Parts: sequence; C-alpha cells; structure tokens
Amino acid sequence: MTAIPIMRVEGLKKRYGPVHAVDGVTFEIPQGVCFGLLGPNGAGKTTTIEMMEGIVTPTEGKVIFQGHPVGEDFRKKVGIQFQSTSLPEFITVKETLELFRSFYPNPRSMEQIIEICSLDDILKRDNQKLSGGQRQRMLLALAIVSRPEIVFLDEPTTGLDPQARRNFWDLIGKIKAEGTTIVLTTHYMDEAEQLCDLIAIMDHGKILELDEPHKLLHKHFEGALVRVPATDSAAAEEIQSANLDLTLKELLGRGVNLEGLSIHKPDLEDLFIKLTGSSLRV
Amino acid sequence: MKPFIAMFKARTMEYVRDRGSFYWSLLFPLVLVFGFAFAFNGSSSLFKVGVLGAGDPSLAFLKTEQVQFLTYTAETKADSVLDKLRHHSLDAVIDTATKTYWVNKESKNSSVVRLLLTRQEGGESYTEQQVTGQPIRYVDQLVPGVIGMNMMFGCLFGIGFVIVRYRKNGVLKRLKATPVSALEFVLAQGVSRFVIVILTSIFVYEGTNLFLHFMMKGSYLDLLLVMVLGTLSMIALGLVFASRFKNEELANGVINLVTSPMLLLSGIFFSLEGSPVALQWVSQALPITHFLQAARAIMLEGAGLAQLGPDLAFLTLFTAACFGLAAWLFQWE
Ligand SMILES: Nc1ncnc2c1ncn2[C@@H]1O[C@H](COP(=O)(O)OP(=O)(O)OP(=O)(O)O)[C@@H](O)[C@H]1O
Ligand SMILES: [Mg+2]
Repeated sequence: MTAIPIMRVEGLKKRYGPVHAVDGVTFEIPQGVCFGLLGPNGAGKTTTIEMMEGIVTPTEGKVIFQGHPVGEDFRKKVGIQFQSTSLPEFITVKETLELFRSFYPNPRSMEQIIEICSLDDILKRDNQKLSGGQRQRMLLALAIVSRPEIVFLDEPTTGLDPQARRNFWDLIGKIKAEGTTIVLTTHYMDEAEQLCDLIAIMDHGKILELDEPHKLLHKHFEGALVRVPATDSAAAEEIQSANLDLTLKELLGRGVNLEGLSIHKPDLEDLFIKLTGSSLRV
Repeated sequence: MKPFIAMFKARTMEYVRDRGSFYWSLLFPLVLVFGFAFAFNGSSSLFKVGVLGAGDPSLAFLKTEQVQFLTYTAETKADSVLDKLRHHSLDAVIDTATKTYWVNKESKNSSVVRLLLTRQEGGESYTEQQVTGQPIRYVDQLVPGVIGMNMMFGCLFGIGFVIVRYRKNGVLKRLKATPVSALEFVLAQGVSRFVIVILTSIFVYEGTNLFLHFMMKGSYLDLLLVMVLGTLSMIALGLVFASRFKNEELANGVINLVTSPMLLLSGIFFSLEGSPVALQWVSQALPITHFLQAARAIMLEGAGLAQLGPDLAFLTLFTAACFGLAAWLFQWE
C-alpha cells in the first residue's frame, strides 16, 4: 500500500429529482486493496460506483484518481463491469474480446485473458448464447483486457450458483494478486468476507461504516451470539454475549429450554442486519 | 484506427450474420423490381394522344373511340409533353393551334395513330413532325426508386434504430466506459452501413439489370456518385434519430412516421406530376426525391453531373445539416 490512495471521493452526492440516491459520501481506496461496497437494494451502491467510474455525473462532490481529478487517460486505466450490460449481438466471445482489445494501447494477450477467465470452452460461442456464469466470466474478461489499475465490479456474482461463485472468487483472487485494485459491490456477505480488505456498508445513500471486516465486527460485537430457538411458550431470542459462562448460567436460571441452542461467532451478515435493520434482500 | 476497424468489422458481421434481415434486405428489392416488371409488362390496348391547344372541331380523329386523349393546359411546356412521346408513354401529340402532330419514329403505336389521324376527316390539313426515342418502361423508372427505398430503410433502421437499441440495452454504456470516442463509434457504424447499402444497391441494380436491361443513357460512374450522395444523406438522417432516443419503440415509431411520407411522396412508385402543388413542395423537401430525380435523369435522359446541380446541391446540404445536427445532439446515454 502506498501513501497516495488510488482513488478518493469527497462529498459525493447524486440527486434524481426528489431522490437522494447518494447523499454525501467520502472515502479513500488504498492502492491494491479489494474494496467492498455493501448495502440493501436501492442503497446507492451502483450510483456511487458509477460516479467513481465517470459514467454518472455527480450532483456534488469530486472523484480524485491517483491524486488528480479524473482526466483523459482515466478510461485507459480502469476496467468496468456494469450491473447489467448487453454484449454486442451476432459476434462470438473471441470476436468480442478482440474488439475490446483493440480499444486499448497495451491490452492483455488473448491467451492470458482466456487463461485467467477460463474462457477456453466458449470462445466460439455467440454472446447471446452464454449461460449466466459464462456471461459473468466474459464481462469480467472485458473489464480486465486493458490491464487496468483499478477494476469496478458491480454485483459480479449475482445470479450465479455457489460453485460458479467460488470459481469467480478465484478469478478475482488472480486479478488481485497482480496488484490490481478492486472495487466491488455485492449482496453476499460471505463474498465480502472472503474477498474484501475493506468494506463500506451503505444505506439510504450514506456510508454507515467503513473499515476492515474484522475491525468492524470487533467494534460492534463482543464475544459470541447465542441463539435460542422459539418454543411453544417463548419466542426466539438472540443474545450478544461477552462472557458465555455467564450468559448460559443466566439462561438456565430463567429456566429456558436449551435444546437447539446455538452459539456462533458474529459475521458480516449479523453486522449488516444490525446496521441496516434489514436482512440482505438478494 | 484499430478501434475503428474492429468496430466496423463487428457491425458488418452483425449485419451479415443476422440471416433474417440479411436475406430480406437483399431479396425484397429484387422481388419488388421483378414483380412490378411482370405486372406492368402488357401494354394497354388503348392509344394515348396528348392534345395541346384549344381543340379542333373539324378534326374527326379527336373523336376516335380507341384513343384516350390527354389535354394539356397552356402552361405545360410542349417539350415535356413531347418527352412523353419520346419515351412511348404517349403515342402521338397534336397541337390544334399550329395544326401539327408529332409521332415517334420508333413506336409501332405511333404509326397506327398516324393512320387513324390522316385517314379521317380534317386530318389532311395537319403537318407531321417526328421525334425518336426508345420506350421507357415502368421498371426503368422503378429501379432507382426501389434502390432509394432500400437505401432509406437500410440507413434509417440500420443506423437510427440500431444505435437506439444499443443505447437501451447498455452496449453504448459499455463502450462509453472504454477509451473509444463517440465519433469513432459513430464513424464505424456509418461506414459499415455505407458499404452495406452501396453494395446492396449495386447488387439490386445489376441483379435485375441482367434480366430486364434497363435504359441507361448516362454514365454508371455518375449514377454511383448519386447513390453515394443519397446513401450519405440517409445515414446522416439516421444519425439524427440515433442521437438521443432512449427507447427503441419510440425510435421505431418516429422512423416509420418519417419513412411513410417519404415512401409515398418521393416518387418511388409513381410520379407526383399532376398532384396538388402543396404535395409537390413537400416532395421537393425530401432527400429521396432528389436522389431519384438525379438517378432517373442520368439513366433515362443521359444527364451529366453538370445538369444535376440543384439535386446534388440539395443532397449535399441536407447531408451536412443532418451530420451537424446529429453531432450536436448525440449522447451516449
Ligand atoms: N437514473 C435514475 N433515475 C432516477 N432514479 C435513480 C436512477 N438511478 C438510480 N436511481 C435511484 O437511486 C437509488 C439508488 O439506486 P442504486 O442503483 O444506486 O442502488 P443499488 O444500491 O445499486 O441497488 P441494487 O442493490 O438494487 O443494485 C434508488 O432509489 C434508485 O431508484
Ligand atoms: Mg446496483
């Protein structure tokens, strides 16, 4: 990590008529990290990331890239995967990759892209005939053809099966290992936990928390979470416990039936629910 | 240059591989030309004679039943009526004021009409004048029309509609996220469509000419130049539609709204001669009209570029204005 963050956003706001899609966010992304933007639907993640990409013009605030306002060569240095894009029709995966390679001065070699994104099997396939997982791999490939210094991935794994999602994490791991900074949004907490060095939790256009995952957990939770399932006579309970001994004694003292009780380490999912008051609406 | 070539290739492949529209855009014009050539093949049995002047009661010929008489007003130029005789759309022309009649040496119908005229009462006092000219069939006039129509649809939908669809489904947004400039993108789209439309036009012309042997009095090079100008004007107009619309249904509607009057008022299928002056004014404001006037003048009258000044100037100005407007209006999103 170098001293100058690769990207800095200051007081970023976006208004659509009466809707404050993004309502003043400020943060920095250090070089080489994987930065996760989490939040429920409509939180403003896409709007934020697209302002950082220079696709959406902010109503207020600024985006600083490598210490300067976003300039001419920014487009050559970023890789972007949108939440929803169509690929050009009637051309194959390979032709599409060639097309996008032609846009950049020093693109990755075809072999390398195919290798990183495991596109071997589908090179000759028409873009329109890809499965969801193949499509995501292809879109990621397009985002990295340029050897970008920073990659933006907006919900890259939404709609993938668990296996495909894990494969995708491997791809992202490879890109990160090259030193590329990654900014991603996701609805999956396990994904954020697995991939991200820094996470920002957003809701209603504002950043609620931003830190390393374990620090956030440490800050908001002490010890473990004890869950007591519902019984005929009592509702379910969730207790945050700094001292398990004490908690269990207290429960026994109250005559609570301990059958089915579970103790678990708080994770991002718990934090997310605590902060946004909603479980993740995927 | 590399992105331009790659985008040009991608767009052209998209066209060729979209089999349905590909074959449609090639076959439909052929079917039209051949269909009309077949339908209008038999000449009508009636003779047609143009009459200039106030009429002549002493001329029995003017009451002949087998002849259809078309009376022209004093304003009509005698020469334009004689052109119809030269092209065989009239079989003779009579001027009752000067007691003259004209026949076409190369028309059999003309000789029959001459007999009908001179053998009837009053005919002997008329003097004969002759013109020559090969017949212009309906297909000779139609073929530039069909090419113009194909040009219009090919460009307005292939550019206007397709770019709006790219905008709607996010392809444009994805390109905006690359270093490609809007100009490079639009240029690649335009050049691809240009090549496609010019090749299609040549294919349609040559494919039907092989069987129908169109009248071609002028130069093929001039005709090609007029096609180039016509295509550019349509691409430019397509870009105006492509510049802003976000919704393909809306774009589709507006393009249809514009193509329908152009289809009817540009003189593609029938001449607007004799229609209300207002319509003729509208017609003169449409680019396809000028493409057709120029193409027909080259093919049917052997006109050179110098004689086509007004039409070529109109097309050039129209094209420049549309390109300017499109550049001013264009937005990725
Ligand atoms: N172009 C737009 N016009 C009007 N409102 C918009 C526009 N884009 C986004 N919004 C609104 O801004 C808010 C934030 O949207 P955004 O797409 O950033 O959310 P998100 O966090 O990415 O949600 P999701 O998880 O569903 O992708 C939403 O209320 C949305 O309706
Ligand atoms: Mg989103």
